[in-house]
Amino acid sequence: MSTILIIEQILNGLQFGVMLFLMAAGLTLIFGVMGLINLAHGSLYMVGAFAAAAVAGATGSFLLGLIAAFVAAALAGAIVEMVIIRRLYKAAHLDQVLATFALILIFSEGTRWLFGSFPLFLNIPSALSGPVTLPGGIQYSLYRLTLIAIGLAVGLGLWVLIERTRIGVQIRAGKNDREMISALGVDIGKLYTLIFALGAALAGLAGALVGAIQSVQVGMGEPVLILAFVVIVIGGIGSIRGAFVGALLVGLTDTLGGVFLPELFKLFMDNGAAQKSGSALASMGIYVLMGVVLIWRPTGLFGARA
Amino acid sequence: MRVQEKTINALVVVGLMALPLIAFVNDEPFTITLATRAVILAIAAVGLNVILGIGGLVSFGHALFFGIGGYSMGILAHHAQTYTALDLGFLTTDGTKLMPVIWLVAMAVSAIVAYVIGLLILRTSGVYFIMITLAFAQMFYYFSISWAKYGGEDGLSIYVRNDFPGLNTLIPIQFYAICFIILCIVLFLYARLQASPYGLALNANRQTETRVETVGLNSMKLKLVAFVISGAITGLAGALFADLNRFVSPTMFSWQLSGELIVLIIIGGVGRLMGPVIGACVFITLEHFLGGLTDFWHIFLGLILLCIVLFARGGVVGVLTGKEGAHV
Amino acid sequence: MKKLLLATAATLLYATAAIAEVKVGMITTLSGGGAGLGIDVRDGFMLAIKQSGRDDINVVIEDDQRKPEIAVQLSDKMIQSERVDIMTGIIWSNLAMAVVPSAVNQDVFYLSPNAGPSPLAGPGCHKNYFNVAWQNDNLHEAAGAYANGVNYKNSFIMAPNYPAGQDALTGYKRFYEGKLSGEIFTQLGQTDYAAEIAQIRASGADSVYFFLPGGMGISFLKQYADSGVDTPVIGPAFSFDQGILQAVGEAALGVVNTSQWNKDIDNPTNSGFVDTFQAEYGRLPSLYASQGFDTANLLLSALNVAEPSDADAFRDALRAANFDSTRGDFSFGPNHHPVQTIYAREVIKEGDVFTNKIIGTALENHSDAYAADCKM
Repeated sequence: MSTILIIEQILNGLQFGVMLFLMAAGLTLIFGVMGLINLAHGSLYMVGAFAAAAVAGATGSFLLGLIAAFVAAALAGAIVEMVIIRRLYKAAHLDQVLATFALILIFSEGTRWLFGSFPLFLNIPSALSGPVTLPGGIQYSLYRLTLIAIGLAVGLGLWVLIERTRIGVQIRAGKNDREMISALGVDIGKLYTLIFALGAALAGLAGALVGAIQSVQVGMGEPVLILAFVVIVIGGIGSIRGAFVGALLVGLTDTLGGVFLPELFKLFMDNGAAQKSGSALASMGIYVLMGVVLIWRPTGLFGARA
Repeated sequence: MRVQEKTINALVVVGLMALPLIAFVNDEPFTITLATRAVILAIAAVGLNVILGIGGLVSFGHALFFGIGGYSMGILAHHAQTYTALDLGFLTTDGTKLMPVIWLVAMAVSAIVAYVIGLLILRTSGVYFIMITLAFAQMFYYFSISWAKYGGEDGLSIYVRNDFPGLNTLIPIQFYAICFIILCIVLFLYARLQASPYGLALNANRQTETRVETVGLNSMKLKLVAFVISGAITGLAGALFADLNRFVSPTMFSWQLSGELIVLIIIGGVGRLMGPVIGACVFITLEHFLGGLTDFWHIFLGLILLCIVLFARGGVVGVLTGKEGAHV
Repeated sequence: MKKLLLATAATLLYATAAIAEVKVGMITTLSGGGAGLGIDVRDGFMLAIKQSGRDDINVVIEDDQRKPEIAVQLSDKMIQSERVDIMTGIIWSNLAMAVVPSAVNQDVFYLSPNAGPSPLAGPGCHKNYFNVAWQNDNLHEAAGAYANGVNYKNSFIMAPNYPAGQDALTGYKRFYEGKLSGEIFTQLGQTDYAAEIAQIRASGADSVYFFLPGGMGISFLKQYADSGVDTPVIGPAFSFDQGILQAVGEAALGVVNTSQWNKDIDNPTNSGFVDTFQAEYGRLPSLYASQGFDTANLLLSALNVAEPSDADAFRDALRAANFDSTRGDFSFGPNHHPVQTIYAREVIKEGDVFTNKIIGTALENHSDAYAADCKM
């Protein structure tokens, strides 16, 4: 296996990781500040992808599609927060799980009702399509490089937002002491809606960005949702930094495991059997990673110590 | 209108006895099959209710035990029906088609797995516990998909339902009777467990772990025992479910199934003796009737579930008795 | 007088037919992710029933949500309370494996409009089970044969790690004579193929064969087109079907895929089917719709000869396959699986719509590899 191939696979893992980060960032923020387990986060990812596909299909502009995804997911998030989620902040985790599970059903079948049962079309804009040659002669997809850049930029943006702005101060304060910040005159209801909409918008953006190279279809959000949960649990719930590290770990483990485990098995098995057992083990890889991390650190890598 | 919980419980048991008999008299075998499905899911949820209701730990991976129970049945019966030997290393057997043996194996394997996993994961709590149970169930799910020897994603078909001495299990009402009696036994054990000194200690542990530790009880041990019992009961339900369908597949390990078990308990009422049973009956009824109305019935199921969370805290039992929590 | 007699006879016949209503149970996927396929099978099937003008056929349709345990439960319902004579509709192999063996053992006829898992074609075949679509390996075998025909010597092959995926690669290798530059099992439901594409790029293959049904195929094709790797791709029809082709778009143009049906197969049944389907539902028919349509016509042809209650006569009538298939020639092999011609098609653009056209024959009068194991 050549160095070029290995570097290419690491880039693939990174790209997968930063997209997971977009999902996980919102999820971990919502949990950290409001204490809410949101299973419907994957549905917002789907809403973003469908909005992008619909608008890009109608206008022919991918950029407009992205904006639509961001806005539609933020709107859907804000509405859901104000109508339903708001009533669940004080409820037990169990009730939150059930309510957001119900939301998944409603979102998925609602989308199918609106858009039909077949996948939608959404493609990479022509300006970003095709491969570029990186130093060292590596051919790599320009679009995927763009995804890595966007993911890193969003990560940086979130860091600035939380560490350097007034809203960031409120968010951090909200994590620590809810009563105190409402006593200081911050409208906590508005703050929560804002955070929820922000998380939703990031998920929608991820859905649209990834939708261009995958299939825009009903149910696309659930597998990503599970992965995003794995990410935030590994990173420590509520920690943006943890989500970032966790996302990269999961992205790299999944991609590299799928490539290298079968190769490893080939050393002592025949080709077909090595492929089968290698990929079977690789599909369990991230869950093994999560299990090991939690057994080692029961509150994740960057989680608050109990 | 407030009703005593005992009255509700009695009504549910009478209903579960009467309905299949009425269906039997009217020759509606499918109603009996639906009732059997509800009863089996109820057994699984009662198992989950041990760790969730009394122990306060939300396991989002109980499909793991349901699947282990299912595959115990599938593998044993598969070897018996194909007359091939099952070599376990320390023991070679031809499999079996006898239900009692299968049940014992399903419970034993589930209990062992629960013990091993419990040792690893019971140090976590809250959301971390929810997620790590999910992770373990997912591991088994992906493993079973690629386990070609036992059908992979296609699963295993058992052509004839397994035997129970003296009964013809292929007749729906007889298989229902078996499942119903097991449900009653499991409910009886659950009630005894809840009222026992151990159950009280576990309940106390749910509220404050440190207080339990200071009176000299080992919190970890309490939880581990509950997790093992819980896993074994759900495993038994898995074996019955596989026998009902005469089929096992990786979907028995899926996270949707774990979610459904939780949903059943919440619909009925958390920590209530009959909560899971009522939840299962309501859920199966909804699924059956809504599915007949429209292709998009998931939307309505979702809306109903939302209403239950928002307006019917404490589930059906909570609403009927006027007491939100089981632990008030 | 003669006319009157005939009319009376016809009325009498009609009356007896109306009394002995035929009940058909259709279990298919109508909600959730894979609903498009089930809807197509249902629509094709019901179109044929409607065209037959018979009102003595009662089709009970249920949604399995693509869950095996739901399918089993529905099958119990069909047999126990609806008391159907014939069942059909299942899309997925794993659901078929859950339902079919027990259904046919309870003396119900099962006509498969889509799934053809190998156990049901070989040792697990059954006299009451008829497959009207294909045995699962067929299209993959045809792809292997096509690869030989165009002189591919070094294929890279890829499928998800589950039974149908393993069968797919076995099927391709059964006919393909060149060597393999790589063989990969991906994860079921995988959405990102960057790692696999990198391996294809590095492998020096002269062709890529993949079996990735549904959304997996859409993802792979889009990413493959974007990667700049220009090794030619072959696939089975499932990833190039009318329903999903629009979602793949340009990325699929020119790709060769194997299929037993296409809308340009030139026979009156097929052109009639394509026109009426479009008129009825406002979309082009898919492979699945054609299979649903053929299944219903097979059923109708047998019902014209015998009642399902006369099981032996009805079975013989089914086995004769005396109906006009949209595929042209169609007959059953000894294991009740199709013997049919499989074509190579190419993806083209007609106006704004992506669709396929036939470019050649991959396998003539092809049956399957398991028939010899079937003892009926």
